[in-house]
Amino acid sequence: MAEDQTLIEIKDLCKYFQLSRRRVLKAVDGVNLRIKKGEVLGVVGESGCGKTTLGRMTLNLLTPTSGGVIYDGINLLELSREKMRRMRRHMQIVFQDPYSSLNPRMTIGNILAIPMGIQGLYEGMRKERVMYLLDRVGLSGQAINRFPHEYSGGQLQRIGIARALAVDPAFIVADEPVSALDISIQSQVLNLFKELQEEFHLTCLFIAHDLSVVEFISDRIAVLYLGKIVEMASSKKLYRSHLHPYTQHLLSAIMLPDPTIEKRKPAFSLTGEPSSPINPPPGCRFYSRCSIRKDACKIEAPELVEVEPEHFVACFAVK
Amino acid sequence: MDKAILADSVSGKDNRKKDEILSPSKLAWQTFKKQKLGIIGSLMVLFLIFIALFGDFISPYDPLQMHTKDSLQGPSAKYWLGTDRFGRDQLSRLINGTRISIIVSFGSMFLAAAAGVIIGLVSGYYGGRIDSIIMRLLDVVFAFPMLLLALIMVAILGPNLRNVLFAIAFTQHARFARIVRGSVLSVKEKEYIEGIRSVGAKNRIIISQFILPNVISPIIIQATWGLSIAIMYEAALSFLGMGTQPPMPSWGLMLNESRRFMEIAPWLTIFPGLSIVFAVLGFNLMGDALRDALDPRLAQR
Amino acid sequence: MRWIRGWPSGSDLYRKEVVLMNQTEKPILKVSDLKTYFFTGEGVTKAVDGVSFEVKKGEVLGVVGESGCGKSVTALSILQLVASPPGRIVGGKVELMGKDLLSLNAREMQRIRGQKISMIFQDPLTCLNPVLRVGYQLAEVFYYHKKLEWKKSLAEAARMLKVTDIPSPEERVKNFPHEMSGGMRQRSMIAMALACEPELLIADEPSTALDVTVQAQVLELMKALCRAGETAVLLITHDMGVIANMCDRVAVMYAGRIVEFTDVFTLFSNPAHPYTKGLLHSLPRLGATRNRLESIEGQPPQLNQLPSGCAFRPRCKYAVLRCDDEMPDATTICDGHEIRCFNPVNGARNG
Repeated sequence: MAEDQTLIEIKDLCKYFQLSRRRVLKAVDGVNLRIKKGEVLGVVGESGCGKTTLGRMTLNLLTPTSGGVIYDGINLLELSREKMRRMRRHMQIVFQDPYSSLNPRMTIGNILAIPMGIQGLYEGMRKERVMYLLDRVGLSGQAINRFPHEYSGGQLQRIGIARALAVDPAFIVADEPVSALDISIQSQVLNLFKELQEEFHLTCLFIAHDLSVVEFISDRIAVLYLGKIVEMASSKKLYRSHLHPYTQHLLSAIMLPDPTIEKRKPAFSLTGEPSSPINPPPGCRFYSRCSIRKDACKIEAPELVEVEPEHFVACFAVK
Repeated sequence: MDKAILADSVSGKDNRKKDEILSPSKLAWQTFKKQKLGIIGSLMVLFLIFIALFGDFISPYDPLQMHTKDSLQGPSAKYWLGTDRFGRDQLSRLINGTRISIIVSFGSMFLAAAAGVIIGLVSGYYGGRIDSIIMRLLDVVFAFPMLLLALIMVAILGPNLRNVLFAIAFTQHARFARIVRGSVLSVKEKEYIEGIRSVGAKNRIIISQFILPNVISPIIIQATWGLSIAIMYEAALSFLGMGTQPPMPSWGLMLNESRRFMEIAPWLTIFPGLSIVFAVLGFNLMGDALRDALDPRLAQR
Repeated sequence: MRWIRGWPSGSDLYRKEVVLMNQTEKPILKVSDLKTYFFTGEGVTKAVDGVSFEVKKGEVLGVVGESGCGKSVTALSILQLVASPPGRIVGGKVELMGKDLLSLNAREMQRIRGQKISMIFQDPLTCLNPVLRVGYQLAEVFYYHKKLEWKKSLAEAARMLKVTDIPSPEERVKNFPHEMSGGMRQRSMIAMALACEPELLIADEPSTALDVTVQAQVLELMKALCRAGETAVLLITHDMGVIANMCDRVAVMYAGRIVEFTDVFTLFSNPAHPYTKGLLHSLPRLGATRNRLESIEGQPPQLNQLPSGCAFRPRCKYAVLRCDDEMPDATTICDGHEIRCFNPVNGARNG
């Protein structure tokens, strides 16, 4: 990457949900991230880790409880409604479920053209741009007059990607874009995504629960556990040296498509109960399940520390 | 880019003509067409509408004209469905009454649907306090037995056709509002709404182009059922003397006037009664078929 | 009941020996040329079109394929749970230890389900009764199938939960399904399914809806319990990693037919069918550095509009002329390795 400029900066982002007077759900609890221009940052974690909430907050589709989202130097949370509306053309989202992410009563052509209309782009050339987008994602131009129910999941996801690209954004949040697709289609869509990201030099926040998918598409990966980042490193490095106990567990739990490895693995064991994101105790979130925990871990939550160049871990036991 | 991946539509609709637009509405129509009972119901309704529009040209006599010499005559060649105690031709009165029934039923349903949609959209989309207030107000409306409520309204406003229309619309609008609100709540959570919001769309566009088209189906179904309810209420109100006033020939009124003569002139009761049954049946059959056409289809995709 | 916990997977290093040993024994389940079609207004959907396989005692047979390939319908057909109408088993045989299941009446079939053959599904929330406590539902199994007294049934239920490693089982017995996490619900389902020590457990995507770490735990449990009770498993999934970890032999399904059938090691190292090869190569692999994935072109077929000839033809890189006209029969390449293909990868032929 020639430019080393940061496009998105997430500062101490928190999202707390007040469930009742005394119960607070801390979905995202103090996340700090920096994404460079043209970089793909993968966010991986299991259900309840807060990755979807994090993705939505990055686009200001969900208002954070505290913290800042800074896009190209501008804090999105301080913008007026009108200014935020105009900023939206620079940041788009691709959703997980292809069947519910497109308006079933609208033609594909309109689905792609209306975002341009709302942002006032490509006046007079909208139809051409729609045709171009459709071609770019591998669909025939006849789609303009067709409706979402006539297409399969993989095709709908391509349309979803085209829709996100319609307003020519610089930043895309992809929220589990291939999880709902068949395996043979996943690879098609992943290839397409990578192609487009490289061609348009898109900055991307790629959220998924499948580490192999995230590793394929991302430059850097952040591992999320119960609202906090526990480890962050480049994709290659994370696979080779995963230092946080949770990351290690995650990787050992993954079943690889290789019986010569799988059949020789020791039995997977993860002791203890996951701690709840509701009124979490002070100290490390992974304490209840950690095999190398110490007393200090119960009292204070560890911060993300750079233990190697470009490799961050939030664990007292890792130096 | 692999040419083989250039994907065209995969739905099994290759028997459609080239460039034919297969919108969800058209799909629903295709399903609807297949239901035999629904077609029968629709034909019945169309028949009634036809009579309502062109009744004046078909009725053999003026419905208000009294042929006192021929009063209380049974069905004959001269008067196909007989005459009432004033010698008015029943057939002509029934035909004319059809217009009233159609006007009241369609009019009140349209009004109720329009009001219900607006209220439901606002309540469901904006939520919060507005939603709570509106729902509590609707609860008040629901608390009344519907016929009683209509009766009270007509009693207050004065018994005539226009007020009957308003009263029936008022009793039904709460149901529409609640249905629309429920639909809006579920559509609001769909990802495509979030998607259009992420482009910076204003609420106006979201509601009109994204939410409204997706909540229309249950309204249409409810409206067709409401049509039959409206006909029955109009008949009931007129029967009680609170609806159309004599000498206007409404079916309910005809039923009312026939009460005294049920034993000697049963045809005065039977035919208006059958007309009501015919209309209600037609609306219900059509409504059932519409429900089958609109709901599962869209849910499947 | 001998429930041995903590059975180390290291000891199933090379179950090929086990598999070969069982070759001579009679199979627990034998499915021959099973055909299940769905008759709808839009034509006939041949969901399962001539599927044959055997499950040996104690083995784990994997059935892998993508959505619409017919793997779930195959499982439902074995237990005659296919919604009928519009579905119907139109041909073939299903034999449980020699007994033809398709000839049984509804009552006899009911006795088979839960006792001889159990099934667990993907979403335990829809399979557990939401208004009954979990302990009650578990106890029902003992009460009806094993004819135990109710009090004893409840005690057995609590013990089963303990065996499945659910923390604080005495409290969990009183829980409703929605009060449990997905992993715990799935464990309860496994407990219910294995309560009567069935000969065969059919697991339809048991871990798809679970997190990775939970999936590993649940599958580990299933493996241990089935191994201890000598229960054979028919494991249906779309996840190749699960297949690699759990299964002894694998059947790959496409468009209602088995296109490849072999032991798990051969499947991954020497896939013969172009579809299997394509699937394996299109998976993103941890640790691999690739710029693009090798994807299979095209879309999975519509089952009511299958092309003439081989169903995979439109997407196949190795297709020859013959593939357009005929659907290939199952042929044996070598010991225990069957495929349906006129032009297998690496030119492997009958050998």
